[in-house]
This record gives sequence, C-alpha cells and structure tokens, in this order.
Amino acid sequence: MQRNSSVIFFGLSLFLASAVFLSGSIIAQTPEAPRIAYESVPDFIKMPDGLYMGEAMGVATNSQGEFYVYTRSGEATRLFQFDANGNFMREIGYGLYGMVFAHAVRVDADDNIWVVDEGSDMVIKFNPAGRVMLTIGRRPEAQGLRETPERGAPRPEARQYNLGRPTDIGWDPQGNIFISDGYINSRVVKYDKEGRYLGEVGTRGSEIGQMSTPHTMQVDAEGNVFVGDRGNRRIQVFDNDLNFKYVIEGIGAPWAVCISPGPHQFLYSSNSNTTGNTAASYDNAGEIYKMELDGTIIGRFGTGGKRLGEFGSTHAMDCRNPDELLIAEVTTFRVQKILLSSDVTLP
Amino acid sequence: MNALSNAQSILEHSIMKRFLNFLSAATLLLVANSLFAQSIPEIRFESQPDLLSMPDDIYLGEAVGVATNSHGHLYVYTRSGSSNVTLGSNRVFRRSSSRLFEFDANGKYVREIGQGLYAFLFAHTVRVDSEDNIWIVDEGSNMVVKFDPDGKVLLTLGRTPEAVRNPSPRGAELRRNDGVGIEGDIFGRPTDVAWDADGNIFVSDGYNNSRVAKFDRYGAFITSWGSYGAELGEFNTLHTIATDADGNVYVGDRGNRRIQVFDNDGNFKSVITGIGAPWAICISPGPHQYLYSSNSSGTSNLSDGEIYKMELDGTILGKFGRAGRMLGEFASTHEIDCRTENTLYVGEILSWRVQKLTLYP
Repeated sequence: MQRNSSVIFFGLSLFLASAVFLSGSIIAQTPEAPRIAYESVPDFIKMPDGLYMGEAMGVATNSQGEFYVYTRSGEATRLFQFDANGNFMREIGYGLYGMVFAHAVRVDADDNIWVVDEGSDMVIKFNPAGRVMLTIGRRPEAQGLRETPERGAPRPEARQYNLGRPTDIGWDPQGNIFISDGYINSRVVKYDKEGRYLGEVGTRGSEIGQMSTPHTMQVDAEGNVFVGDRGNRRIQVFDNDLNFKYVIEGIGAPWAVCISPGPHQFLYSSNSNTTGNTAASYDNAGEIYKMELDGTIIGRFGTGGKRLGEFGSTHAMDCRNPDELLIAEVTTFRVQKILLSSDVTLP
Repeated sequence: MNALSNAQSILEHSIMKRFLNFLSAATLLLVANSLFAQSIPEIRFESQPDLLSMPDDIYLGEAVGVATNSHGHLYVYTRSGSSNVTLGSNRVFRRSSSRLFEFDANGKYVREIGQGLYAFLFAHTVRVDSEDNIWIVDEGSNMVVKFDPDGKVLLTLGRTPEAVRNPSPRGAELRRNDGVGIEGDIFGRPTDVAWDADGNIFVSDGYNNSRVAKFDRYGAFITSWGSYGAELGEFNTLHTIATDADGNVYVGDRGNRRIQVFDNDGNFKSVITGIGAPWAICISPGPHQYLYSSNSSGTSNLSDGEIYKMELDGTILGKFGRAGRMLGEFASTHEIDCRTENTLYVGEILSWRVQKLTLYP
C-alpha cells in the first residue's frame, strides 16, 4: 500500500515535470513539489504562570507521547517535559553543569533523553527519571574568557572525546551513538553505547564527505546516517561505518531533519528561513519537505513567518508520528504541533 | 704471527665476552620485565550501583572533590552550572559556580553547605581533617576554606580575585614565570590540602605557582618550597597532596609523572615513579598506612585510568580499574578518599559521579 502510494507520487512528479516542460511557463530542472495540506494546533503548549519558553531549539517525543523541549532561557538553558496535550509536567536538570546553550534534544528507543549543548560542547544522557547516565565531551574550563577565534582562522584539531559546538545526536539499532559535531569540527563521530570512540567522517569543505556546518542528523532503521549539511545545502547519507552512500539536494538548506519509525520510514527536512530574514524572504525559505529515504520528494508544506502555521526558523522536528509533527522554532519562542493532511495538491 | 693470532683471539674473546655480557643482560632484563609485570597483581573490586540518592532538583556536575568524615558522611565538591556572571564596566565577575553537598553513610542526600559562598568559583578538592572540619580548595577563587562540622566558615586562606582577567594568561607562561620565592597565601590555582598531626596546613599550589605552602593551624604562613621544573624538588602541576602519620608530605607531581616525598619542613626525601601520572593520591589512616594513586585518564581520551595501592615507600601492592564510563570504570578520577583501607570513594570529572569501591586484595 505504502509502496503503491509512492509509485503514485512518482507518477505525479513525472506528470508534473512534463506539464511544466510542455507549458514552458517555469524553467526548472526539477518540478516544484506537491503541496501537503496541514494545520497547526492553536495554543498547543500550556506553560505554568511565571515560566517561559525561550528559543525552542530542540523538541522530541518519547514512546508515551510526552515530549521534551530544550530551550535557551534567561537562566542558561532549560529542559522542559510536557504531556501529549502540551501540558507542562516538569523541568529536568535545572542548573546542570552541561546546560549552557541549547541545541538539540532527542529521545532514544528506551526513552532516555539526550541533550546536545553547543555552549558546553557536551552531549548528556538522562534516564526517563531525569538522572544523568552518560556524558560525552567536556565543558571547557573557564579560567577567564577566551578570545573568539577570527572568522576563517585555522580551527583546532578535532579530538576523539572533545566536541566543538555539537549539533545533534542519533542511534543505530545496536545503540551506537552518532553525533554531528558541528559548527567547529565539521564531522560526524561514532561512539559505542558505552561512549567509546569508534570512528568519524568529515572535515570542513564542500567536497563529498566534507561538511559545512553539519546541523542536524538522524539514523534510519538500517543504521544509515543522514547528515543535514546545512552550509552545503544538501543531505549526505553514510552507511553505518560512515562510508559515503549518496547525496540529496534540491531541498534548500537542511536545518532540521527527522526520520519517522516503522516499516516505511519517511525523511523530513526543513529549509528554514534564517533568523533576521525580511518578510519578503518567507517565500524563498521556511518550507518543510517530506521525502522517501532515497530523497524522492513526496511533498512540501509551510512557509517562513510568525503567524500560527508559519515557521520562524525551524530548528528541530519530531516525526515519531509521520502525520503529526512537532516543530521547534528559534525566533518565535514556541513549539507547534502540525497535523499533516493526506490531501496533496499540485502547486 | 703468534702475537697476531693471540691478538685476534683476544679480540674474538672480547667480542664473545661482550656478546655474552649482552645476552645475559638481555636475559636479566627479560626476567626483570616479566618479574615486574607479574609483581603488580590486579586487585579485585566492586562498585556499588546507585550510590548517591539526590533530590529531584539537584544534580552533580564534575565530581572533582570527595571526602568522608569520621561518621562515614560523604562530602562532594562539584562544579555546578548555576554560575552567576556580572558584566562590570570592563571586567567580568563570576560567582556561585561550585557547590558542596553532604550525604550520609548510605549515600542519602543530607544538605548543601555554603550555597552562594564568595569563594565557590571552580571546585578542585574537598578534604576532612581529624576533627571533622571540612576544607575545600577552589582553583577559580584561589582560596582554601575551612568549615566546621556545622558548615560555618572557620578559616580562609587566599583571596578571590576581584575580576576575571580577559583573556586569561596562558598557564604555561605563568608556571614558568611564577612560583619561585612566592610567600604567604597568594595562590595560583591551588589544588589540594593536607594537615600534619600538629594541625599545620599544607597546600599544593598548584597549576600556576608550582610550590607547596605550609601554614600553622591558625593560617599563619611558615614556609614554602618548589618551583616549576622537572628536577627533584621542582614541580609540573602538583595536583594532589597527602601527609602520613609522621608528618611526611607526599606530593603528586602530575606533569612529571611521579610522587615526591618531603619531610615536614620541605626537605626532599624520596621519589616514587612507575605509577603513571598521579592525579589523585590518598593515604589511609591507622597503624599500617597505605598510599593510593590514580593514573587517571585525561579529559580528552579514555586511556589508562588504573589506581595503584602501595606501601608508603612506594612498593606497589596491586592495581585495579581502567578508563571508561560504565560502573566500575573511571573517567578522569580527580579525588580519592581512603579513610577505610579497602573502601574507597572515587570522584570523577567526566562522569559527574562518585563511586564507592570495595577492594578484595
């Protein structure tokens, strides 16, 4: 059934391509993707009085439908837990040594919560009760402030157990840990489930196998690693041993990717509008693509913007349910719950 | 002719002799090596799971300091994320980046001591003296603070810098320039504290000053010794310190990968090597004292990590453990408590935890 529908979509794409070609009204190598109808649930998140969300950098659900938001707050960085209806449940790790500048949160198959912090250069694993189980990387000692290196200055050599503004985390079915690392080190590192270094791929650059801000990353059920290579406007796919497999392009700059579970997995990627963009740019960025794992586009939805249902620099997506996405945004201090319709219309 | 062959035979003889000498030396070396390897037995040990029970809203950061008192209560001095930074006109002021927690003998959380204390900037170690006073050493504030068992401040050594320098001076330059002839309690990232039977105070000082400072029990400066270097009596990051019952001072000279032993007045006595880099040492009490030293893994790798048990003269009795993040492994051991000879508490940097080890030597 799933396979049939993808065949239909493929057929639709072909039809569209020829239509565009014949009419000659749009000069494009690839047809514009079909539009997926969607709606955003109003007033989804309910915060207690006196508690505020800041930049919502990370969002992730657990197997119970509860979800976590990793946010940049006025008091360093905070991790909040909500029930499936968006009601606030509790805070985890307030004042934690490694929570300095939020970047991502993900939940593994055993409902452990992992935060990726680009201020402390750390990845921290909490068990479902909210206690620290494992740390990777180390917050730099601050015996005074360091000078920020000049733009373009040579970067320090990446080390096995030190991260440089890491961005995201994923796991294969064996529990091996993959970290996209990140703004400084331009690589993906693989550790075993006990946190021992196994290998890495990537240096800074635009060749295949190189990366320019690997900003988001997920692993599929076969252990393939999908890296959102934002600066190069592509997703690079590696096998479980981090050998290059293929590249997905034509979806803008992948700020955030997620892969849905189940027998037929889908890949979502957000071409987020950058912070500080003008309203005129909303037409050029902000949309989210739904794809097959091979990169075939099924459809797209959304635009940049600040109203309900628009996206203000999408930074993370959760797609445990492929028809109900949670979207965390930088500039609007919010998480949206997006219900995707099965209605797909041609543009 | 005769003389020649004689000479040749002498030559051959001497070559043969050298060869034999070489052989026997090599054999001796081999034997010595295998003897050496065999002479460090592995000590069997267990780590107690779920040792500390924390309140829901309290977390350990880097567990750099751990010490017990005479009732088995446990103190953990940790680097906390609840730091507080104030931007001045051209300086940065930092506060409250360290926290001191107390646990009972079962690992149950009892209380926090010194929350928000001016000296709590960047934790390094905590030790408990013979009267159950609690001493913290803070390498961020350059202070040593003594609390009584109720948690009241009794004595301070050193002074918190007025502001953070920006950018911070390079540690290596400081080490090379400072440390000679420094007196009093102007500390440069002090690392640890110990006392002799008279209550005299010994501070290992530290990353920047490369000296041991001795004070009387009231905090009056007596003497200091050492400077940066690799010769005997010199230090390269003296990271941990302990005294034995006779008042001898054991200094973990981490960068030089040795423990240097001094008498109570700072005269060099002996050196212990072959135990890696001593990140953390402790000496057990009682009539037969033992010396433990951890060759900790660095914060950028997972190599080494074993802990040695020794006689006070450096004779190795055994070793145990390795680097790692699982229970019973060590990720940058930073302090060891050995009030009870075969029950150790180990505080780690990377794993943000304290482990309680039972040794079965």
